[in-house]
Amino acid sequence: MAHPPPITALAPQGAPLAFLREDPGQPRSLHPEYRSTVLRSPSQAPIRIPHTITELTGPTNWQALMGASLADLTTQHAAAPIGQRILVSGFVQDEDRRPVPNTVIEIWQANAAGRYIHVRDQWDAPLDPNFTGAGRVITDADGAYQFVSIRPGAYPWGNHLNAWRPAHIHLSLLGPAFATRLVTQMYFPDDPLIEIDPIANACALPYRQRMVARFDIGLTRPNWALGYRFDIVLRGRDATPFEDRAHA
Amino acid sequence: MPDNQSPELFGQTPWQTVGPFFHYGLPWKGGADLVGQSDLGARPELFPAAHYLLEQSRPRSKPPGDIIELRGIVYDGEGAPVPDAMLEIWQADSAGVYAAETEDAFLGFGRAATQQDGSYRFRTIRPGAVPGPGNSRQAPHIAISVFARGVLKRLVTRAYFTAAPENEHDPILARVPEARRPTLMASPQDGIWHFDIALQGPNETVFFDI
Repeated sequence: MAHPPPITALAPQGAPLAFLREDPGQPRSLHPEYRSTVLRSPSQAPIRIPHTITELTGPTNWQALMGASLADLTTQHAAAPIGQRILVSGFVQDEDRRPVPNTVIEIWQANAAGRYIHVRDQWDAPLDPNFTGAGRVITDADGAYQFVSIRPGAYPWGNHLNAWRPAHIHLSLLGPAFATRLVTQMYFPDDPLIEIDPIANACALPYRQRMVARFDIGLTRPNWALGYRFDIVLRGRDATPFEDRAHA
Repeated sequence: MPDNQSPELFGQTPWQTVGPFFHYGLPWKGGADLVGQSDLGARPELFPAAHYLLEQSRPRSKPPGDIIELRGIVYDGEGAPVPDAMLEIWQADSAGVYAAETEDAFLGFGRAATQQDGSYRFRTIRPGAVPGPGNSRQAPHIAISVFARGVLKRLVTRAYFTAAPENEHDPILARVPEARRPTLMASPQDGIWHFDIALQGPNETVFFDI
């Protein structure tokens, strides 16, 4: 039998002893206005556990897992996709404003007409053979990332009569540890559908607005693409990780 | 209205659901096979082949330890299988060491989309026991994240191994009411470990607030 690792291996070198917990901006699992949550949200409260080595570690070799980066979603096929070319750029950092370097962001979205390249999406909008809508980028040493895409369209869904999702880009991050996993959606400024979208509004105001990107003329490239800023904030380090604090 | 760049709003970016259309963006071929080369984990039949841009499965060397299969079905609150869920696992190697600490070939991370019948399947190795808080040790376990349409933020659970002697002293299981502990136990059958996940209902799986 293998030797058990020493207790000093509890946290990898330089890793925090615990991460901060959910802040008030996070949605609750049950949000009945978003109908699919009604049968898919646990009815019992989750059991709070301390952060152990399991939660404090996570995969770091993202390239061995997911492959090389695909940072331009407009050059994946024979011709350019139809739609407004956009450049999305920002920083991934934690709640203490520490940059999160070398972390992968996976991206997926609908095309300019609001249609996904997926057999389950069959609404009456055209597919674009030149647009898949999938990519991934890796943050640099400063936590910065950037990708090129086209602005996705809004699309109808079956949640209620005349329900339309606001234009959005799905973003998935692993972060430095199991505890810092995040999947979110980036919304666009001045989209009137955000106000009436049950998914965006599962996050109470003002926190919902954390998911709304800002148009940036400085980032915008002349004669080429509109620029949007979107920073992503993962959990910070808990300076006082007394695991039984909440149970005392 | 404030937005993402407003200093007064600085804080954790909120969780949102993966929705129903993530299959061409997240679960790659081989994502659920941590010990060999197969297409396990992906659902490439849900979009045209020309739009498969995800990683292809590659050959992997077999890590030390016992190869196991972890299988199960994800159910909703009415007991219906969930065909559009995705699971991720994170685990130590057979010596109880997480890949983040080593240059080991075993990466310890996997991803699987559920099939039309709500089932998922991972090929991996049985993890060793790992350190726990203080001087405790945690029983061998696999950490699991569940994502799906209708799941606004991932649900976190753990699969433990039925009859593992370490279970009795596991500091995390100790926090779970005894009556609910069976929902965290994978059970062996014909060499396969079965671990169903009930998102809601009478046999609701224990989920953790981490």
